[in-house]
Amino acid sequence: MNEIQEERLRQNISAAFYRHGLLCASYPVPIILFTSASILTCCYPLLKLPLPGTGPVEFTTGVRDYSTPSHESQGDLSERPDWYRGPPVAYIQQVLVKAAVSPWDNSLVPVDVFRSPLGRVFSVLEEIRNHVYTDRSLEALCLQVTDLLPGLRRMQAVLPEHGCLLVSPGNYWQNRRDLFDADPDLLKTVHQHEPKGLHTSATLKDLLFGVPGKQTGVNLYSKKRVVTYTITIALSSYDARFVASLRARLKQLHPSANCTLREDHMVHVHFKEEIGIAELIPLVTTYIILFAYIYFSTRKIDMVKSKWGLALAAVVTVLSSLLMSVGLCTLFGLTPTLNGGEIFPYLVVVIGLENVLVLTKSVVSTPVDLEVKLRIAQGLSNESWSIMKNMATELCIILIGYFTFVPAIQEFCLFAVVGLVSDFFLQMFFFTTVLSIDIRRMELADLNRRLPAEAGMPPPKPGPLRPRETPPPPRPSPHTITLQAPAFRNLRLPKRLRVVYFLARTRLAQRIIMVGTVIWIGILVYTDPAGLRTFLAAQVSEQSPLGEAGLPPHLGVAPVFPGGDPTSTLSGLPAPEPTPLPENQSQGHRAAHPEVAPVSSPQITWGPEDEELWRRLSFRHWPSLFSYYNITLAKRYISILPVIPVTLHLSPQEAIDTRHPQDTHHAPPPSIKTSDLQTDLTLYKVAALGLFAGVVLVLLLFCLYRVLCPRNYGQNGVPHGRRRRGDLPCDEYGYSPPISEISPLLLRGHSMDIECLASDGMLLASCCLVGHIRVWDAQTGDCLTVIPNNGLRRSSSSGCWEHRDGWDHISACEAESLLGADFREPGGGAVGGQDVDIFPIRRRTTPARPALFGDQPDLTPLIDTNFGLSPPSQALSSSGFDFGGLVEKAYQEHEPSPTLAFPPSPPPVLPPELPPQNNGDWDSSVWAMELRGNLIATGRSSGKLELWDAVEGSLRCSNEDGVSGITALAFLNNRIVAARLNGSLDFFTVEITKPLGLLQYRGPPGRGSLPPSPCYSSEDVISCQLTRSVQCAHQKPITVLKAAAGRVVTGSQDHTVRVYRLEDSCCLFTLQGHSGGITAIYIDQTMVLASGGQDGTICVWDVLTGSRVSHVYGHRGDVTSLVCTTSCIISSGLDDLICIWDRSTGIKLYSIQQEVGCGASLGVISESLLVTGGQGCVSFWDLNYGDLLQTVYLGQSSEGQSVRQLLVLDNAAIVCDFGSELSLVYVPSVLEKLD
Amino acid sequence: MPRLEEHCWSCSCSASVKTQELSSARWVVCKTAEMMSIITSVLSHAYGSLHSLQSANLIRRGLVLFIVGVVLALVLNLLQIQRNVTLFPEEVLDTLFSSAWWIPLCCGTAAAVVGLLYPCLDQHLGEPHKFKREWASVTRCIAVFVGINHASAKLDFANNVQLSLTLAALSLGLWWTFDRSRSGFGLGLTTAFLATLIAQLLVYNGIYQYTSPDFLYVRSWLPCIFFSGGVTVGNIGRQLAMVCKLTNDKFSFCI
Repeated sequence: MNEIQEERLRQNISAAFYRHGLLCASYPVPIILFTSASILTCCYPLLKLPLPGTGPVEFTTGVRDYSTPSHESQGDLSERPDWYRGPPVAYIQQVLVKAAVSPWDNSLVPVDVFRSPLGRVFSVLEEIRNHVYTDRSLEALCLQVTDLLPGLRRMQAVLPEHGCLLVSPGNYWQNRRDLFDADPDLLKTVHQHEPKGLHTSATLKDLLFGVPGKQTGVNLYSKKRVVTYTITIALSSYDARFVASLRARLKQLHPSANCTLREDHMVHVHFKEEIGIAELIPLVTTYIILFAYIYFSTRKIDMVKSKWGLALAAVVTVLSSLLMSVGLCTLFGLTPTLNGGEIFPYLVVVIGLENVLVLTKSVVSTPVDLEVKLRIAQGLSNESWSIMKNMATELCIILIGYFTFVPAIQEFCLFAVVGLVSDFFLQMFFFTTVLSIDIRRMELADLNRRLPAEAGMPPPKPGPLRPRETPPPPRPSPHTITLQAPAFRNLRLPKRLRVVYFLARTRLAQRIIMVGTVIWIGILVYTDPAGLRTFLAAQVSEQSPLGEAGLPPHLGVAPVFPGGDPTSTLSGLPAPEPTPLPENQSQGHRAAHPEVAPVSSPQITWGPEDEELWRRLSFRHWPSLFSYYNITLAKRYISILPVIPVTLHLSPQEAIDTRHPQDTHHAPPPSIKTSDLQTDLTLYKVAALGLFAGVVLVLLLFCLYRVLCPRNYGQNGVPHGRRRRGDLPCDEYGYSPPISEISPLLLRGHSMDIECLASDGMLLASCCLVGHIRVWDAQTGDCLTVIPNNGLRRSSSSGCWEHRDGWDHISACEAESLLGADFREPGGGAVGGQDVDIFPIRRRTTPARPALFGDQPDLTPLIDTNFGLSPPSQALSSSGFDFGGLVEKAYQEHEPSPTLAFPPSPPPVLPPELPPQNNGDWDSSVWAMELRGNLIATGRSSGKLELWDAVEGSLRCSNEDGVSGITALAFLNNRIVAARLNGSLDFFTVEITKPLGLLQYRGPPGRGSLPPSPCYSSEDVISCQLTRSVQCAHQKPITVLKAAAGRVVTGSQDHTVRVYRLEDSCCLFTLQGHSGGITAIYIDQTMVLASGGQDGTICVWDVLTGSRVSHVYGHRGDVTSLVCTTSCIISSGLDDLICIWDRSTGIKLYSIQQEVGCGASLGVISESLLVTGGQGCVSFWDLNYGDLLQTVYLGQSSEGQSVRQLLVLDNAAIVCDFGSELSLVYVPSVLEKLD
Repeated sequence: MPRLEEHCWSCSCSASVKTQELSSARWVVCKTAEMMSIITSVLSHAYGSLHSLQSANLIRRGLVLFIVGVVLALVLNLLQIQRNVTLFPEEVLDTLFSSAWWIPLCCGTAAAVVGLLYPCLDQHLGEPHKFKREWASVTRCIAVFVGINHASAKLDFANNVQLSLTLAALSLGLWWTFDRSRSGFGLGLTTAFLATLIAQLLVYNGIYQYTSPDFLYVRSWLPCIFFSGGVTVGNIGRQLAMVCKLTNDKFSFCI
């Protein structure tokens, strides 16, 4: 019951997803617009949130009606920030002293500028300390501090301990006038505490002077000759009357004429929890982990048009779902209290990118021939159940987390839940739509690629160049069909692709560095270690006009620094300063000493900028001052009282009196200038440091990646590895391939391209286009036998040998130039030296042909076809479906033509024991060949099956029961299975009338276990009987035939695979599942059957039951070959991809992107060693890892020819064809492993 | 500790004084020769084993795990103590290394051991770990582990029991999400138990101190952290082992 319900639920979900997928794929643009609109809507509330930052926030109240805020929040005070509760950590009262020696006369030395003004600090200090108002002294009110932090021993002499927190420049001299007077070099004293290098936080000089270093005027080169400093008093409790009396007293003592500083408001500054470097390290670590996670996740997006685009879409999905979550929570009145930056990585990790990847994978693995809409819908509905299940699980987990009743976790969970839901929404609408667009683009690209290919197909109707054309064959030949479009690619693609790849890689590196730098600078600005924001704010406030009084009073919470100087506008009282201000600045000198006014005389002016000089300090000024005493300001606030201005005018005489004897002859220390420069350069240094650190960070990440992934694996690593090793034959950098340890053995002898290749481990038989069969020793590479085509023999007898040979040569040349033209590159390719134009050759040879060689086919239609578009290796999937097949087709079309110029006659070179009646039908070409024991079975295009003796080169038997050409042969034990062009399947039995002879050519048995193949002596009379013929085995031509383990498996153009029993030729199963013609089949002794089709799918079948085990969509284009090992399936396709699949689960392990134009031939040498054919080379791959082990080059000028067929022999040697040559490559170390 | 050392030192001193000059010299020479031979044999053994690729892989994996452990220990230690950190840049390095220098090293070694043990155990039990074997999952696991630490350091829990329970639930969730193997669970538990025991022993012997011990003198979150740390490091170790195994196979071909 339950199960039924579950099943129904599942079906409902699946149907709903299907409909949804259809909807998304049908209306991509409206849906994306809708999604963007909803994202923006949900994010709109975020605008109201204060920007998350660590900068302090301030709040201004009036001084007069100030009372310490209570702890309880009063509901109605909405303008009050919520931190404004309870007493502040301290009240800061600053006494701003401006002092100048005036009038200045030339008898004074530069030191006089600050020595006597600084000396007056002690008297002011004395005044402050001793101030008493109605039995309240400063001692009672001030903030009592205890020890400095243990790590600050060097500051012990300077900063006050055990008493009032009262700092002034006098602290440099322990507040003792006598020490000050005895100090020979004030500047040295001041600067000795400055950090040598870059100072990133408030320095001691800033702390003691209370004004920014530049404004103090304490240096020898001051132009203004005004010394400014503050005396900073921290009060623990606020006594308005005491402060007022202190203010009045100081003002009375040191009147500041023309001072219009406002004294009516105090500023409360709230400090947030600061992110120090110590806190930054874990934060940065989590972000690094986050980026690694995103990288590793998005790397798995595969088989799509634009990986980067989809990865970006995935990240955008997750990020905007988070933003939506925060926005929605804010909308419903939940204000985030957690630190956004800290929980963000965890939120991303919790929400995850998995669903997006699952969706992509599912959609991509749908059959490629469906419509895009249907593909999206199908992919969605396939994964609907798992997506819903995962979502439910995650929601459950988060709900459990919600019930921990820890407020922070609850809030996190709330965000996560809303984030998950909005992520689901975005996945369904945004990502699916993007995916559909991507898939559509991919299909368009595929279509574009196919179009020229269709044009490149041979013309179906006979052209004018083929006058003697026989009627076209009654049924379509498989060869024309399998020469599929993707093979016809642009020739320049390899080089261009390489350049594009190169650019892509370098731009990737640039991007990483840029992003790293931007992030780093962002963090720098965010945490503001060097007062960058202060600097900027200072710039802004200097530039900004003062007439901002129109702004509403009581801004409430306003960020301190970005807002310029808000307090200047904050007062609700009528501000008096707009009128006196210009007067102030223009006629300020009148205020000082109008009677003596030399040009250089210093003038003390008070402007609005002096009101809150602390704003110019680093915003870390106060936290660092308090942190020296282990008082943290994080999440607390201080109240800054209006500053008390003090103006000191000193006479020159006074300045001279306070001189230290060394002052006059004291040379200005050179370090001062540099220190000034240092402060100027701080900003640039920080920027440089940021850049440098960004680069270091990137390098570190890179190293981390290298360490984590010491070897490249999978598709990402391989192109790099391949390039890095410089293994490319046509490297842009002119890098010559290294001499490999394995030197291939070249077997020469054929005059034309090799068409068929067969081996049984000891012997090797090859057949070239003209029909020569050569037998080689697979161990040594010696040519044992040559079975020439009889046409050659015939002509040798009639004296036409040279011409014939010459024609052969020319045709070979033509064929080569056909191949060569494909790979001709602008710089000159392999045959670029000749750069043969094929047309003159043809013209030269054409007239001679009909007269001399009437029995030869007309190759001109082949030449006229648009072959130049495609590297032939693409088209050549397996034996019989290659370029040679076209030639054969021409042979076949030509075959019924009766113009035999030379009647067949027994050639004299024939062995005498050969029966003369057996030599008919020499015109047909060999389409299939098999070798067992020392018998070679050849299937000809005329439908004739011949058995040759491999050692002696004699024809032992032939069978002409069939008329249709044999497309494939299987030779197992004493049975031969022949697949014919018309779809019929013939089973032959080889019978030996005399018992097995002992005379046989077999070397000592090799180490590998040889298959039990019969051996025949030359004396035996061998007959080949047709035991059974399955007439309509397939509706269409049989393309593949494989036999193993007593089964014969055929694959056909009619989309089906059939399994026959070898003994009784009984059809066991018809396997249906492909939506295209079968192009590759693999079956081995363990009854593993895998098939690949033109639709790019790979099916794995159970041979015993005939059921489909797995069905994967692997390639964009035909599957060209298939090999299995015990654990995995390897497939290669026309898309130049080699995919490795897990055999049991059908999950793609990884794929190797090959160079364009690499051959599609595959072979497995051992369980973990894969060999592939390429452009004039064979490559060895580590199967477990997808790493290129080695590339072996078969020849020196190898670009033009690609390896089309590849056989792995039992003794771990590889045979591959290489144009007209065979190449034998031994893999010695594997041999050792086999032992 | 210093007393013990002194004791040893005086012991050896008295022994050498007691023996006669000549015999002691011979004894020293003999012992030195013995030591030298032992050292050379050990060195040659190490060198030889370095040549065999299996152990080279092992060493490489161990090194990576060690570094991961050290980095994680430093970072997480920083997470735990950062509340008290003042904001002076020059102080950061002090705080970073404020705990005993051997703690990151110990953590690194432990990480290497645990990370190597996990794949080894898998191999011996004959059940290769197939669940979510990919780097994305491993990084996710690390992130969750750091998150658990973050939570234990930053969140204000009502009481220690609640903290422990929450962390235990989180750790179990981590195991279930990323591991789901019995051997992983067992090894994680063992790691947690042993590590807590060792930490406890250290505290009892006064070598190491908690700044503010919880109930029963144990930081209540310690076992959970150790458990999830074990699972995390095991995950990394398995992934590394998988990667290294593949590399290893390739090397043996020597083509």
